[in-house]
Parts: sequence; structure tokens; C-alpha cells
Amino acid sequence: MTNTIADITQDSDVIMLVGSNPEEAHPVLGMQIRKAVENGTKLILVDPREIGLAKYADIHLKLRPGTNVAFANGVVHILIKEGLVDEEYVASRTSGFEELAKMVESYTPERVAEICHIDVRDLVAAAKLYGQANAAPIIYCLGVTEHSTGTEGVMSLSNIAMVNGKLGKPGCGVNPIRGQNNVQGACDMGAQPNTFTGYQKVMDPAVVEKFEKAWGTDLNPNEGTKATEVFPAAIEGRIKGLYLFGEDPVRTDPDTNHVIKALTNLDFFVVQELFMTETAKLADVILPGRSFAEKEGTFSNTERRVQRVRKAVDGPAGAQLDTWIFTEIMQRMGYDQPHLSAAEIMDEISSVTPSFGGITHARLDSAEVGGRGLQWPCPNAEHPGTPIMHVGKFAKGLGTYSTAEYRPSVELPDGEYPLMLTTGRILYHYNACAMTARTEGLNEIVNSSFIEINTADADELGIADGDRVKVTSRRASIESTARVSGKTNPGETWMPFHFQDGNSNWLTIAALDNIAKAPEFKVCAVRVEKL
Amino acid sequence: MSNERKLVTVTVDGVQVQVPETFTILAAGNKAGVHIPTLCYLKDVSDIGSCRVCSVEVEGASALQPACKTRVTDGMVVHTDTELVKQYRKLMLQLVLADHGLDSTNYCFSCAKNGACELQALCRELDVTESAFAPSTPAKREPVLEDNPFLAYDPNLCIRCQRCVGACNNRAHNHTLTTGKRGLRTSILAPFGPDWKSTECESCGNCAAACPTGAITEKRRREYRSWEVTRTRTTCPHCAVGCQMDLVAKDGRIVDVEPAWGPSNRGMLCVKGRSGSFDFVHAEDRLTTPLIKNAETGEFEPASWDEALDLVASKFAQIRDENGGDALAAFACSRSTNEDVYMLMKMARTVFKTNNVDNCARV
Repeated sequence: MTNTIADITQDSDVIMLVGSNPEEAHPVLGMQIRKAVENGTKLILVDPREIGLAKYADIHLKLRPGTNVAFANGVVHILIKEGLVDEEYVASRTSGFEELAKMVESYTPERVAEICHIDVRDLVAAAKLYGQANAAPIIYCLGVTEHSTGTEGVMSLSNIAMVNGKLGKPGCGVNPIRGQNNVQGACDMGAQPNTFTGYQKVMDPAVVEKFEKAWGTDLNPNEGTKATEVFPAAIEGRIKGLYLFGEDPVRTDPDTNHVIKALTNLDFFVVQELFMTETAKLADVILPGRSFAEKEGTFSNTERRVQRVRKAVDGPAGAQLDTWIFTEIMQRMGYDQPHLSAAEIMDEISSVTPSFGGITHARLDSAEVGGRGLQWPCPNAEHPGTPIMHVGKFAKGLGTYSTAEYRPSVELPDGEYPLMLTTGRILYHYNACAMTARTEGLNEIVNSSFIEINTADADELGIADGDRVKVTSRRASIESTARVSGKTNPGETWMPFHFQDGNSNWLTIAALDNIAKAPEFKVCAVRVEKL
Repeated sequence: MSNERKLVTVTVDGVQVQVPETFTILAAGNKAGVHIPTLCYLKDVSDIGSCRVCSVEVEGASALQPACKTRVTDGMVVHTDTELVKQYRKLMLQLVLADHGLDSTNYCFSCAKNGACELQALCRELDVTESAFAPSTPAKREPVLEDNPFLAYDPNLCIRCQRCVGACNNRAHNHTLTTGKRGLRTSILAPFGPDWKSTECESCGNCAAACPTGAITEKRRREYRSWEVTRTRTTCPHCAVGCQMDLVAKDGRIVDVEPAWGPSNRGMLCVKGRSGSFDFVHAEDRLTTPLIKNAETGEFEPASWDEALDLVASKFAQIRDENGGDALAAFACSRSTNEDVYMLMKMARTVFKTNNVDNCARV
């Protein structure tokens, strides 16, 4: 996030929420958005489903999944036509506005409304409401990123904020709500094929040299392969050994058959886990690690806030600290890595990462920080951290615009597979349920697969609420239970991806975003039949 | 601070403080370092001013004033520990206690909140040992609502302070927990009865966190007494909001979670953080030994750490040496700590000799 949760929910007149269902996926943020709206903040909801916040929304653009780029280009078009461009901001802080203005010229409200299946008046009203607000954040989530045009979707939303001068200010910004507790941290820590810690680039020879010196060893100079591209590479035999730490791609990645084929084609496959997951079953070696409650460390939340994780219990005998396991393997492969405590590891991270230079466990535990964590960039021990990014100036200098045009999703409904399927989360479970399904009370509330289907489609297919149905895509068939309502638009269905008794990821498509390589979980084509 | 907020001077028990005119006497007392007891008041959650335990004497006022509801004025002089104030508070607390259904719990002994009950603590502080207003015969007992998997409501212990109502409506903004009737007959309509599934209740438990007594509790509280546990401040392991919470452990097992104040959660938790973040830690099916798959049978067999680690190191070294580092890949866990992720990343780059390292950010 460019801003903090407190400032986007307390200091804003309007919130534009795009492809995000915080009441279920980020509930404590959802509570704070409900509070903001009850205190008078206007809510523009851009989401294909009638989620709980729809009843709070002043305008709900219930758009067709996969049309975010068209929507965003349309909003920029309207901002320009309505004279809502912040001329001074655009001139002093950005470059390339003319190209953007030219590109969005054809995104008339009428054309965008037709692409997005929304009312043209609502679109114009939404653009004006955002554009006229003093402070308005754009908040988005996986409904924007999990598309074959995901990165372009994000950049198109940034266009809106920049054109309207709403980046680098309190109560504004472009704010991704990260999906998992430490996905921000995993990226910050350099678990990325193209960056070391703190987004220092692998392709920058000076950076590689710095890490070679710090670590005392030669490093591979080639940029690596992204996780979602590792699976095809494994099928082709280019990747032969995989070390997988705490993930369950058999359940959580798109097109399960494709994932299983890749993992079983490996020469050697190691899984480090807490449980015998569907993925672990395919491993050659399983190493038992420790849970968050059994270790010291830090998580970085969606606000870039580094906060402490502390050990409460020892955990089961026999399992080992994950850092101990990595260190042992490094030693056994000939690298002189001493065993370090979590605090010592953070000291090493600070020493090689400019944006973490002032972050240590001692400081996080200090009275000065007072349990508030530290938001990077935090370059030195005196720096208080950075609540709002891009104040006065963008990190990279002048802000640039995306001129990406709208492109339809890779797999659209047709005669054989007439319905669109989108997937997501529900309040009571988390991802593959490795953690939440071990709480009986949550299972009592909900523990099995369902598919939301529009009343009109259900009537046509002779499906009633609660019926068992077969859902088929080009990749597989699964069984699930129909929930018939007006929650989704006609022609669109929705499933949670939590439940193994009918896991939507057998159906989803492994089509990848052309830039970030995120899979298109949010759009594929299916057929639904009554069982 | 905004310039529009006018400052006024207030004297509390002889201590002069300057505070914004929007402050209550309670907030001014806080600034003056004077402790004023409260019961139905909960900051930012509820200030209905019904219990009158925070009453104070204000010079020039004809009656005692509730500190939680009364705004300061310039030159105000407040006394918080006069004999009148002390006697009045005791009287008010006796009225509250009379309605607390003490006999329903065998006078605190069987109550899950024993030792963590604010009413109990306040009675000790104000030296109230019994209520002059207690009914001579035990009141008719009302059934406990406990069909919700996590939450229970015992109306007999409810003192109608409505902090739970404030928590549901002004904090979680879920609006499912409300009051019924009015005045003396005020009752709390807690959605934990047989129809709990058909309500909009999200089982977040913010009401239980706000309840000063044992009326609304997380059922897990019944498994421990407050003096038997240790609390460890940590960050929730589920979504990326980063809520702060305390893991409550007894005899090496986590038995509960309590919300803590953090900048992103402001004292709140959701159902997953409060109730779904620790059972897995002690699950029976945790892996406790390295496993190596027998190539012939396809079955996993337990192995020592030395065997397993040597096998992993030698296999990865072999693939690296025969095919180059780019034939290896490592995925980090987006659920694990920064320190774990850093070490996995360092392992991949230094000994696997590959930049094929990634995390599950994309799924």
C-alpha cells in the first residue's frame, strides 16, 4: 500500500474499492471500511458480485469480470472530459500525459459501459464522485491482479490516481490489499527471481557484486524463472529439482492436473511443511518445520509495516526451526553458514537492504516503536519509517502512465462452456484450509464446496438452490453444491477455492498475466449441470 | 493537532491541566494522572453513562457528574475522592452487583472470567463485598445461549452495560448484537442461540473482548483460569492486515487468543484470527519426523534428520553439478516470517546457484 489503513479509512471523503471483498478476505479492514461509510465516507464499489459491502456502496459498478482496464481507461476519459485533471500535479510530477489522453480518447462512457456491462450513468457518476473528492484512496485486491491483464489493470488504476493528483497524499493513494499475511515480506525479502532483498535488481551487476561480497560466494548472473513458469519448465524437464517451503500448489494453483503433472515429472522434490498436504504427498523428502507460534521473527503487513512474531510454545518434538533446516542444507552443500537467531538474521537483512537499514528486532521491541512496527523504507536507526509513499516525488522520479488497451480474458464463455467462473475467498477459511480446517467450529459454520449461480441461469438449467451440480471446464469436472441468487450477474458464477471436496482449481486456467505472471484465477469458462 | 480545538484549564484533585474543550472529565483526569474508576465506559466503543461508577464532584454543580459523559469547561474544578463520591460509587456498584446473578455461578467460583472480571476487580477496589439490594430469593434463571461454536451469552451475569453492543455496532460495525426493551428491563439480544446460523453474526468475538464480566465469553475461556496462562504478543498469521494479538498458553499449549491494540487492527480481530489461528499448532497430524519416500513402494518412511538432510544436500548438489543451478528452483512461503524467507532465498542463491526463487504471491 502507498498509504496506511488508518489514513485511507479515516481521512478520506470517498473510497474506490476495486476487485476486493475485505469483509471476508481482510475482515478487520472490512470493519474499518464499514465504519468509514457510516461516518459519511462515500463508497464506490467496483466488483462483479453483490458482496456484503454492496449494501454500503453509494455506487456499485457490478462489472463483467476481466474488464478492469476498460473501466479504468473509461474513468480517465471522463476525468479529462469533465475537467477533473489536476493540471499542476500532472505537469510537475508525471510525464506522458498526452499519450495517455490520446489512448483513452476512444474509451467513451458508452463504449466502456458496453464492455463492462454497466450503466453509463453510474460510470460517469462514479468517475465524478472520485474526481471531485478532496481525498480518495483506490483500494484493490486480487480481483484486479488475478487476470491475464492483471499488471495492466493495476497500472490503469494508478493512471486514475495520478491524473487526478491523488498519489503521495494522506487519505489517497493506490492501495493493494495483499492476500497473505507475509506476501509483502516474501517479496521484500527477495524471494523473487528478479530481485534480491528490498527490490535490488538481479540484473544490476553492482547489486550482484555487493551480495557476492556480503555472502562470500559467486552468484548466478541470470534472472530466474517465476513460480508459475516453473511448472511448465518442470514438464519440459528444464527444472529437475524443486525445494518447496510451506505451499500447497496442488490445491491453490490453477489447473490442478497441470500442477500434478509438473511436480511428478521432477527428478527430486522436497517439501518443508507442517502437515501432509496434497502437494507433500508427491514429494521425495518431507521436512517438518515449525509454525508461527513456535518461532521468533517478523511479518510485513499490507501497509509495509514490519511487526514482530514471537514464540509462544515449543511445538511438537521432532520438528525443527525452518531457519535451522536451511542453514543445515547450506552447510551440507559446502557453504559456511553459521546458525543464527531470528534477530541476527534480521541484522544481516538490514545490512544488505537499504530500505530495511533501520529495522532490528531490538528496535521493534523498544518503547520508541511502542508496538506500532516500522514501515519501510526505514533506512537508518533514527528514521521513523514511511507511512505514505511518494510524498512530494515518486520513488523513481516522474510518474509514468500505462497506455495499455483493454484486452479480453484468455478464455471467454462459448456455446460449449457458456458460463464465466470467478474464484475467491470466504470469511471463515483461509486458502487451502491447512490452518483453518483444523478448527472444528469453523468447519461447523462451513466446510464444503459451493458454486454461486445467478437465478436466471439456474432457472434455465433447472437447478434449484442447494442442488448438487457438476461443473466442467476444458480442464476437468468437479462436483459442488449450487447456491442460487442474484449475487453474481447472469452468465457468471463464483466459487471459493478452499474446499477439497470440489476444488475450483481443477477448473481454473493456467493463463498468466503477460508481465507479473499471475494466473487468471478470476476468469475461465465452465458448464454447470444438475446431478 | 488542529488549531480549531480550543484549550481549557481544568483542575482535577488539585492538579491543573490544559485540555481541548472536547475532552470529558475522564480524559482530563487521565491527563492529570488521576485514576477514575469506570465500568460501562469503553474508550471509542461505548459511553452510555449508565453505571455511574465514574461519578465525580464538580464545584458549583448541584449533583455528582458522570466523568465519562461530562465535557470539561474552562476553570472547572473536579474532586474524585471525596467521601460523598466514595459512598455514591459504592452504592452504584451495589446496584450493579444486585443484578449480576452471583448465585448462578456460585459467587464467581465457577465463572470462566474469575480473575479477569472487571466487576470483580472494581468491587475489590471500592471495597464492595455484598449488595444491600440483592434479592432475598434467587432470581429466576434464564438459559445460557451457547449454540454458536465459539461464543456464549449468559444473561444471568449480564450487567447491561452494553459494551458488547458498542463493540458490535461502533467497532466491528456488524450490527447484529443489539438491546431489547428499555430501562430496567433492558436486555441484550446476543445472536448465539439455536438460530445463530441464520444471523449475520460473523463470530468475530469483539463483543466478548468488550464484556467486563462473564456474560459474553469465548467458550475457550472455560478451559483455563486467567492466572494459569502466559500471554505472548504476536502478529496474526492469516491475511495481510497484520492484526496484533496475544497467544494465551497454558502448560505449553495455546488455549486462546486475545485481541491487542495495533495500528492496523485498533484492538479488533476477526473470527479467523480470534478462533482459527492456533488449533492447527497442536493438531494431532503435525509432521514430527523427516520422511523419505521409498522409491520401490512409493510409501513414506521415517528418517533421521541427518539422513534426510544429507539426501537433500547430495541430490540438489548432483542436479546442480550435472545440469547447472538453473535446473533447480525454490519457492518460499508467503505465510512464513521474513527471516525464514530470507534464509531460503539465501540458500537458493548461494548453494543451489540459481535465481529461480519465488513465493506464492501470485496465487
